[in-house]
Parts: sequence; C-alpha cells; structure tokens
Amino acid sequence: MNGSIGGAFACVVQRDLLLALRRRADALNTLAFFIIVVSLFPLGVGAEPALLRAIAPGVVWVAALLASMLALQRLFAGDHADGTLEQIVLAPQPLGLIVGAKVAAHWLVSGLPLVIVAPLLGLQFGLPAESLGVLMLSLAIGTPTLGLIGAIGAALTLGLRGGGVLVSLLVLPLYIPVLIFGAGAVEAGASGVGAGAHLSLLGAFLVAALFFAPWATSIALRISLE
Amino acid sequence: MHQIGLGARLAPRLEAIGLECVRGERRLFRDVAFTLEPGTLLRVHGPNGSGKTSLLRILAGVLAPAAGEVRWSGERIGALGDEYRSELAYLGHQNAIKDDLSAVENLLVSERLAGADVSAARAREALARLGLKGFEALPTRVLSQGQKRRASLARLAFRAACGLWVLDEPFVALDAAAVNEVQAIIGDQLAAGGIVVLTTHQDVAITAPTRHDLRLGS
Repeated sequence: MNGSIGGAFACVVQRDLLLALRRRADALNTLAFFIIVVSLFPLGVGAEPALLRAIAPGVVWVAALLASMLALQRLFAGDHADGTLEQIVLAPQPLGLIVGAKVAAHWLVSGLPLVIVAPLLGLQFGLPAESLGVLMLSLAIGTPTLGLIGAIGAALTLGLRGGGVLVSLLVLPLYIPVLIFGAGAVEAGASGVGAGAHLSLLGAFLVAALFFAPWATSIALRISLE
Repeated sequence: MHQIGLGARLAPRLEAIGLECVRGERRLFRDVAFTLEPGTLLRVHGPNGSGKTSLLRILAGVLAPAAGEVRWSGERIGALGDEYRSELAYLGHQNAIKDDLSAVENLLVSERLAGADVSAARAREALARLGLKGFEALPTRVLSQGQKRRASLARLAFRAACGLWVLDEPFVALDAAAVNEVQAIIGDQLAAGGIVVLTTHQDVAITAPTRHDLRLGS
C-alpha cells in the first residue's frame, strides 16, 4: 500500500512535469512576468542606489507573490477542463497526497525558477552578496507556502467565471504574513539583526501550510466538482 | 482484515435508495431506487437534461444527492471512501485524457493512479484492441474525437477487478466496429460478475445475465 501511495505521488509529479515540459511557454510566462515587474521599479523610482537597495527586498517579494498568484490558475484548471480532475478525485488514493504532488510539481515549474533568478534581480538593485543569499533562502522557503495556500483558493474558484480575480481576493490577504517575514528577513539580515528569526517563522508557516493546505484543498476540490 | 467471525461479507451489491437530484432550482428526479446484483447491467436512458449524468455522478460519489443514499455491499459509499473508489471504474462524459500526452502515457498515468501497475507493453496491447495501433505515441491532441474516446475506454481493460463500472455515454463518437468491441468488453465484465451502469441513446446489444432499464424524466 505504501508503495502505491508513494507511486501515486511520484506519478502525479512526473506527469505534471512532463506536461509543463511540453508546454514550456506557461512556465516561461510566469518567469518573464516576475523579471519584468521587478525591472520596472528602477525605471519608475529612479536610479538612486540607496533607495533601490532599501526597496529591493520588498519589490522582489511582491513580484514573486504576484507571479505565483498568476500561475495559480493553471494549477487545477487544465485537469478540470478535460475531466482528469474527476478521475483524480475518484482515484483510490488520499486526495491530499495527490494535491501535495500537484503543488510540488507546480512549485518546481513556477516557483523554483523565481528563486533561481532572484539573486540576479537583486544585483540590479545593488543588494550586497549576503543579502542575496538571504533573499534566495527566504524565497525558497516562502514560495512553496504561497503555492500551498494558493491551491486552496484555486480549488475553491475552479470553474467559476472571473475566477482569476476572485482567487486574488481570496488568497492575497493570506499571503501577507509570508510577504512581511520574507521581505523582512532580507532587511533584518542587512541591518545586522540577523535573518534567523524571520526565516524560522517562514519555515513555521511552511510546515503549517504543508499540514493544512492539502487537506483544505481536497475539501475545496470535492465541493467545486459537485 | 477482521471480517472473519463477523459472517461472510455481503456480496458486492449496489443499492440506490430514494435518490433525489436538484440542479440549480430544478429537480431532475426523485425517488430513484434500485438494487443491482453482480452480473447486472443497468441502462439509464431519457431525454437530454433528464439527469442521467447527474445520476451517474451520484453513484460515483462525486455529487451528493439532495436526498437518499447510495450503498455498496450494504454500506454508505461516503463511509467506505477509498475502499469504494478502488471498486469503481468511472468514465465521465469527458475523456479525461491530457492533450499533450500520448495515449500510452495517458493510460499509464491513469492506471497508476488507480493503483494498478501496468507495463507500457500491456498499455499498447489494450489500445491496439480498440483500434489505436499506430496512434499510441502521438499526442492525443491530434487524434479524432472517436479516437480520444477509444483511448479513454482502453482503461477498462485494466479494471476487470473493479466490481462496479459506471460509464457515461461510452459509445459516443465511436464507429460501429469500436461500439462492438466496447460492448464485448462490457459483456465480458458482466459475465465475470461485474455490475455495469451506463447511459446511452443507442440500443445496446450486450448480453448480460440480468438487465435493467431505468428511464429518467418521463
């Protein structure tokens, strides 16, 4: 039984990665959006190095948050449209586990690239090397949390007209703590207080989201399918 | 498990008790009740919008009935959960195949999700039986509607162990040869003691130990 449960998890991750590979444009869109939004700020705010350095963590974090929200609509919409979601819900596997697999694959495709390019964007803002490390780490812990929380919203708004706007209204307020401690970690690191406390809290959010989000998402999916 | 001593477990049996379905403001049907024993084919028919798909989704446990309940071997399907789902093969009116994956890939994924370990060779065999030889490796995006339906129906080849098949319009978009082949597959399942519930507008020539017709929306 354990083998089959692990197998189902791996199978869904593998399937979603394969699908993403065959539709590369979707993942690239998210990444391009992230890069462009972050790059717009120096153009709009002006090239004052001290100011840019001060706003950099917040800008990168807000852009990452918007980018991951943009990607959310793809999480279940495709499976819903072609009927695969019904089969997933009817599979004799714990639905929370399959949801977890889908979110994991989703993060690998749309979250991990953000984490990887973030240091480059940080350089654009003149962030020092140690801040870049903290920025990357905070995104690496924070973006999976965003994906997990977002999955609940994506599942609830499945099949609704104008679901995209609704999902932002549902999910953005829940993203606030992650944003505060994510951007805060970089600032705290730069100001010499140490990023440890912020990163620990981000980690705690991730653990809590890992525990609750798949369960809540499963319930939301079953409701949406009715 | 701990069934020994509690008496033999009841034979697989699907019971619908006083089912009522309301969609939007409209009541589609009420007091739908039946009991299906192993080897029974239930054909649900009726005009468009009479609630055939809704009834099948209620039987599958995707949709909650407004009133009544569905029991499998005497227990509510909601209480059985995964135990019921592992007995169930459900084919919706959507094909549930991913356009960007090939027919073989689709089949392998859906069977692994259903808990079966199917080799690529056996998947190709099942697809060939439904006339998809030579089309297995193409992305299903390029297949015709009927071929997609066949790719979806190929799942049934691996669901012989499921006690209950719930098929929503299995013959839609299929040509005569494929209809015969699918009817033969369903006939085999019935002969082996499976329970099959299907909706169709066509006449079906399936030999079943027991046959029931249910007409919705009169």
